[in-house]
Amino acid sequence: MSGNSNSKKRKFFGISFILIALIIIMIFISLRTGVISISFQEVIETIFQQGSDRNKLVLFEFRLPAIILAILIGIGLAVSGAILQGITQNELADPGIMGINTGAGLAVVLYLFLSREGFVVSSIWMMPVAAMIGALFAAFLIYILAWKKGVSPIRLILVGIGINAGFAAFITIFQLKMDPQDFRQVAVWLSGDIWNANWNTVLAFLPWIVILIPLVLRKVNALNVLTLGDDLASGLGVNVERDRQILLLLAVALAGASVSAGGAIAFLGLIVPHIARKLIGPLHQYIIPLSMFIGALLIITADTVGKVILAPTEIPVGIVVSIISAPYFIYLLLKAT
Amino acid sequence: MLNTIKHSSMLKTIINCIALLMLILSVVISISYGSTSIPFETVWSAIFSFDTDVTSHQVIQEIRIPRAISAVLVGAFLAVSGSIMQGMTRNPLASPSILGVTDGAALSLVIMLAAFPMISSMGLTVASFVGAGLAVALILFIGSFSKGGITPVKLALAGVAIGTTLRSISTILSLHFNLEKEVGFWLAGELSGTSWSSVNILFFSGIIGLPIAFFLAKSITVLSLGEDMATNLGQNSLLIKALGIISILILTGAAVSVAGVVGFVGLIVPHITRFIMGTDYKWIIPSSAIFGALLLVLSDLVSRYINAPFETPVGAITSLIGVPFFLYLARKSGGGDK
Repeated sequence: MSGNSNSKKRKFFGISFILIALIIIMIFISLRTGVISISFQEVIETIFQQGSDRNKLVLFEFRLPAIILAILIGIGLAVSGAILQGITQNELADPGIMGINTGAGLAVVLYLFLSREGFVVSSIWMMPVAAMIGALFAAFLIYILAWKKGVSPIRLILVGIGINAGFAAFITIFQLKMDPQDFRQVAVWLSGDIWNANWNTVLAFLPWIVILIPLVLRKVNALNVLTLGDDLASGLGVNVERDRQILLLLAVALAGASVSAGGAIAFLGLIVPHIARKLIGPLHQYIIPLSMFIGALLIITADTVGKVILAPTEIPVGIVVSIISAPYFIYLLLKAT
Repeated sequence: MLNTIKHSSMLKTIINCIALLMLILSVVISISYGSTSIPFETVWSAIFSFDTDVTSHQVIQEIRIPRAISAVLVGAFLAVSGSIMQGMTRNPLASPSILGVTDGAALSLVIMLAAFPMISSMGLTVASFVGAGLAVALILFIGSFSKGGITPVKLALAGVAIGTTLRSISTILSLHFNLEKEVGFWLAGELSGTSWSSVNILFFSGIIGLPIAFFLAKSITVLSLGEDMATNLGQNSLLIKALGIISILILTGAAVSVAGVVGFVGLIVPHITRFIMGTDYKWIIPSSAIFGALLLVLSDLVSRYINAPFETPVGAITSLIGVPFFLYLARKSGGGDK
């Protein structure tokens, strides 16, 4: 038994090492990709303070914050998806499909609108808070409406799709009350574009990840037990509902903060935990960290692909992710009994 | 027994007549209200003694009337498509927008517009039919792969995922070819771009699509009782389904090419109609056409008022009406008690 768990640990560290190496490679590729092309050599020179001023500006003021933001968003959404799938025992759960992201998006749109009209103070630090309130509201609504002597996985998704459509309609109606320029920005952002990527956005978002992820890691044991199902979990003496609520809160907070920074990127939280489970098995002390790495890797890759594939048009990262992931969702759906 | 049937069919006829009167009334209101309200007498004279020198006559003839007729036809087409889908698949969640058919039509429109910027509106309509057809083929193909037959809910979820993918591709193309405005219009569902040529497209599509639907009504009633029952009664299910799909493609394709993706009409109207008219598709199909038309004309009126003087896409209004209904259906049919 202990030998088995040791080999699992070794496997976990091996996979993590490979993933981190891949992330670093992707960061370099992504740094040199864009409208202004910068060679690898120039990237390295600039990092070691030897590059031209122009390269310094492009790399440190535009590309690097965008990449770091992407990584943080990838981590947030992937962990959020892993928690949601764990606590609902539902492998189709995802903050995007379930409308939590759109709820956060609607809250951000409302916040931008209200701050433009002078009702509330406009501040980049408030955006994650607004998004989180919206995400919580959406999650609450979905849970209540899907509740019928318990929450069946399929009904949860179905209700989520409905809520998603409703929030999307409200956003469309709000569109006309906004300044056209603002709205265009919001529309692109909602389709999952890493918008407004500068160091301030990174700083506004970073604390959420730094605080929430360790809290999640402290709860991995509860998550493992919850995955076994309610009956078994309460049999083991776990306070099922309380743990579920805390974890749900963490998942929603992560999704909300990610949306405020990167828009409504759907399906990322769906597929990443699946890949992690395929690689390492069902234990969440391994799934959560691996989901972080895979989420980060996937989102930088999608972002880079989006920049290259139809250059000079930049495709929002959320669209690239959903084109890759939606077929996988259908596959999971057909496999599920 | 015979008496009750006769009685109930009289009742149904009366309900249909009332709905038709309400439709006519709402069309008249829709023609006379707008960014500038035009009194009913002027509407009357614009139709029966048209005078090119009067601006309000022009507005009524060139903008308001084609828009109202388009709303009637688009609403009717989507509702009839939804009825056929729900009847043939016995799936309460089936509808053109849920199953991704409207998104397929919209994607095809985007592709054609990107490849041939000067394409005629007739060409766009044909493209829309083809796109709707490919989306239906895709969903049937996926359905045939499911373990142990596809359940209604799974089919709906797969449709939503397909719709999302197709919409993402449309967005990418629109960004690349600078078609955001046109594509935004199609994806939101709007009636503000309608003209007499839209009415023509809808009219000719309706002449082909609607009679097929009415002709199939009896067979769909049998199919809705179950495939086995249909086979036992000696019905050629495959032929019926093929004809049904053709009718759906023509009706949905034409509706999308004129108004874009107007969601939820095809989902909710058939349910309301079945609730009132019972299970016989001979009644359901014509009635759903009337109810669908009524719903869209009223939604169009709301869409012009909610943000006046700006117009809100009518698709957002139908979504707001449709979502609570969808949630109710999801609670009802979303897989058992737990």
